[in-house]
Amino acid sequence: MSTVRRNFGEFQVTGLTHAYGGVPVLEDCSLEVPRGKLTVLVGPSGCGKTTLINILAGYEAPAGGRVLLDGQPVGGPGPDRLVVFQETALFPWMTVEQNVAFGCRVRGMPAGEMRERVQAVLVKVGLSDFQAKYPSQLSGGMQRRAELARAMVNDPKVLMLDEPFRGLDAMTRSIMQEFYVGLFEEVGRTNLFITHDLEEAVFLADRLLIMTYRPGRIKEVIEVDLPRPRTFQVMATQRYNDIRQHALELLFEEASKAFEAGSKAAFDLVDGLARAAGRQ
Amino acid sequence: MGLHMKRWTVNPETWGAVVSILGFVLLWYILTAVLKLPRFDKLPNPVAVFSAWLSPHPQFGLSIFTRGYYLDILYSVGRVLAAFVLATVLGVGLGLLMGWSRVFFDYSFPLVETLRPIPPIAWIPLAVLVLPTAELGVIFITFIAAFFATVLNTLLGVRSIDEVYFRAASCLGSRPRDVFWNVVVPGALPAIFTGLQVAMGIAWISLVAGEMIAGQRGLGYLIYEDYSNLQFVNIVIGMATLGLLGYGSSALVRMLGRRLMAWEGRRRGGAMA
Repeated sequence: MSTVRRNFGEFQVTGLTHAYGGVPVLEDCSLEVPRGKLTVLVGPSGCGKTTLINILAGYEAPAGGRVLLDGQPVGGPGPDRLVVFQETALFPWMTVEQNVAFGCRVRGMPAGEMRERVQAVLVKVGLSDFQAKYPSQLSGGMQRRAELARAMVNDPKVLMLDEPFRGLDAMTRSIMQEFYVGLFEEVGRTNLFITHDLEEAVFLADRLLIMTYRPGRIKEVIEVDLPRPRTFQVMATQRYNDIRQHALELLFEEASKAFEAGSKAAFDLVDGLARAAGRQ
Repeated sequence: MGLHMKRWTVNPETWGAVVSILGFVLLWYILTAVLKLPRFDKLPNPVAVFSAWLSPHPQFGLSIFTRGYYLDILYSVGRVLAAFVLATVLGVGLGLLMGWSRVFFDYSFPLVETLRPIPPIAWIPLAVLVLPTAELGVIFITFIAAFFATVLNTLLGVRSIDEVYFRAASCLGSRPRDVFWNVVVPGALPAIFTGLQVAMGIAWISLVAGEMIAGQRGLGYLIYEDYSNLQFVNIVIGMATLGLLGYGSSALVRMLGRRLMAWEGRRRGGAMA
């Protein structure tokens, strides 16, 4: 298990309410993202996961409720709470190195210190030899690693990841999951990870938050006590399967609600969950 | 064998250029010199044009050996260059501001959209009336339509930048001016260069109109003068020269664009004029 070092942060979210055009997306949503833990938020598509991250990151102000980071209310976006986005958000006009250095540069870090930090992070994500390339010249997996590097180099109090491995092929995705979990275990930073892939969620998480379908709130918190460091062998254990099965049942209820609400995305999820259950 | 193949292989783009231009000249030759179709027989044929163009002692006083020819080219190139630089600086500047600030857009866009459709030729009388010299009048005419093409493409370029880049920049700690220089400007660059290529073409078109009516010297003036003197060979030489200069200047803009946008994959299309 990782040790808590440096000044990593923790979120306390209470009574968050938000709506788009009269449709409630979040209602009385409360949760905690504890210091040094990997918290995974999982829920059906359209349940408000991305809205929640947008509020925590400061892109949107909630209609109601409170978001505290280490006891202080959060304001606009800032480098203490960085987001790794669903789609790649690397600047296509900058090289990998320029992308990774961007945060340090705009905040006026001295050149020498910046170079040192950037190079250290590039080594960590295995992109040293690719630092002069542009994002379009990298594979999907390398792009995600560059994006992780661009966030990590700023040493945020909390790292938030919104379905960061979406769109990768199955093999790359598995490799990235293991790579990411290794990074987390090494640093022990507070992480909030959003996904609708249950297997990914259980594999990564210290704490699993199951979200309800519209309006979104936390349905249940599952403590995932699988041993760390984690490797894919853990997915063959009974404990992993028990947790997954329990989470699956909870999610299935919510996905069915979404299904009845007629959402196409929800239909896909129910379909996927049914197949996952069948495979058990 | 491999070596020989390499030697004789012409890059397909060069090949295409040669075939299309030679094909056009051949068609022109057949219509005017071989078939001599009614009315086409009045046109100067390519043999007459090229022999005059390349002659040390041209019958109509214009060839690559006459000083006047280069003077006209120099005047035209100078005017286009001045107008194009002006259109780029002002057009890109205005377009970036319009894309960057909602308020600025609300106040400027209606005016831009009203002035934009007015053809450059319609500006000639006022340009001549207001500007102190005819020279400045011609440059203004050359500038005006190129300017609007640049503004519009730059604006569209800023608008087409994905929201996610703004979000990434702001959460990484950017101040507004960091966002401007690191997201807005490079993000709009591909569309800006599309606009500049369009602007370059428009500049040459407007230049000739300006030179015909208000100019002294220049290729448009040359064509108009020789029209009065009914020297059609010279007119065709002037037209062909305009074509070559236009082609060359657009190629330069493209080259500059490719250098500045090494990150861009090859080839993109679409422009608004």
